[in-house]
Amino acid sequence: MRQSSIIDIISPTMAGPSSSHTAGAVRLGLLARNVYNAKPDKIVFKLYNSYALTGKGHGTDKGLLAGILGFSVDDKRIKHVFETPEAKAINYEFEYLEDFNRHPNAVDFIFEGGLNMTISGDSIGAGEIILTKINRFSVNLDGKYNTLLFVYEDVPGVISNVTRIIQEDNVNIASLHCDRSGKGKDASMCICLDGEISKQCLHTVSDLKNMYIVRYIKKLES
Amino acid sequence: MENIISTFRQLYYTCKEQNKPIYETAIDYEVSRGEYTEYNLRLQAKKSLDAMKEAIKIGLTSTEPSPSGMSGNDCDKLQKSFKKSVSILGSTARKIMTYALATSEQNLRMGTIVACPTAGSCGIVPAVLIAFAEDNNIAEGEQINALITAGEVGRIVSNKMALAGAVGGCQAECGVASAMASAALTQMRGGNIKQIINSAALALKNVLGLTCDPVCGLVEIPCVKRNPFLAIHAVTASELAMADIISKIPVDEVVDAMEQTGKLMSPLLKESSQGGLAKTKTAIILEKNILK
Repeated sequence: MRQSSIIDIISPTMAGPSSSHTAGAVRLGLLARNVYNAKPDKIVFKLYNSYALTGKGHGTDKGLLAGILGFSVDDKRIKHVFETPEAKAINYEFEYLEDFNRHPNAVDFIFEGGLNMTISGDSIGAGEIILTKINRFSVNLDGKYNTLLFVYEDVPGVISNVTRIIQEDNVNIASLHCDRSGKGKDASMCICLDGEISKQCLHTVSDLKNMYIVRYIKKLES
Repeated sequence: MENIISTFRQLYYTCKEQNKPIYETAIDYEVSRGEYTEYNLRLQAKKSLDAMKEAIKIGLTSTEPSPSGMSGNDCDKLQKSFKKSVSILGSTARKIMTYALATSEQNLRMGTIVACPTAGSCGIVPAVLIAFAEDNNIAEGEQINALITAGEVGRIVSNKMALAGAVGGCQAECGVASAMASAALTQMRGGNIKQIINSAALALKNVLGLTCDPVCGLVEIPCVKRNPFLAIHAVTASELAMADIISKIPVDEVVDAMEQTGKLMSPLLKESSQGGLAKTKTAIILEKNILK
């Protein structure tokens, strides 16, 4: 488990008023945007618990949308994001729910379009966030590392093929998280990397057979 | 295996063994974990410091109301009062209160601030650090050292519990900010390692159980005014620590108590706005008027 750093504590520079409910929301949106990596027809934001109860006053709705639009946490447009041309160009709605099995600050992003995808995440304090689920797979994405995300058919050899290609690119693996829906069915894998992989390496892993979704998710800047 | 620093005890003994101040030990530790260089760390700290100064500068002159209309002119009022009437506080303490309000009012305007450790508590560390530095000609390098010292205090607490009102109540936000600020201040005043750690212990110990019950679910009431309160609280902790007054409960145990208190605290009092101040008669009326 990664320990927090001094930098996490004395930053980020951000638009107020709440690190978990505003900056954390922006970061969740940014990371979900990078995971989805396409233009959706519509996004439904489901806010849970404290996010639902106090989210409006904290600009959580604005933050989540700003992140989806690619704004950074200190972007001055966050305050008026609903009025921006970027926001007016997409369809979105917000739902407010209670579910005490979920984290106090939990959100689901439901992307509809050419690709349907549901991404779940938590804002865990001081602007730190974690994506916990993509569709029905558990993941562990905190935006602190460049990460390769795969959804693939659960057959022997996929993990070793992928890790060998990364090794050939001379990039070190910081952590690896796998999950699957059932033996021989769909599986997911998140590989956090020290450093950057090359375009060639990304092409090679993307072209492997048995892959359904491959994403290279750059770490969040702040 | 690397030498892990996840408690204040480990921090203290590492500093002692290597005869280094807290900020140097903290930097060494971050560098040993391979994610930052000393240059990156100092640069990041300087960026935060600059953004804190900018927020104070704007906050001191702004009277723009918050989106809810409930606040936004308290810093202006306080400055006017300090100008015309005699305060029992010295000039640095007055400045600390003013800077804390300036920053936290900037925050509720959705202005740019530094979450340190969180946005709701963003006024406390900058107010104490920058006001003292200005009044005592503390060089920028020393200010960065103090901010890193504060960051190390927050980092160690955050190893035990998440610094979020929804998880631990306000003790985990403004409380931790106050402990960080007292450590920064004690560092700048030339306190030794024991005094710095002890100042953090004293500040934390005296905010245990502080709830997070924001009215209308906004980071506003009581958050804005809580920032100057806990900035002065940090000064009290530093004064006691500089007099070698010891927290009888060691700091790591105070953190344990804080974690336990956070867990025992009802979810109604942890950033859900379902209890405490948020459910008072007046709060409910405000809620009806504001969240239409």
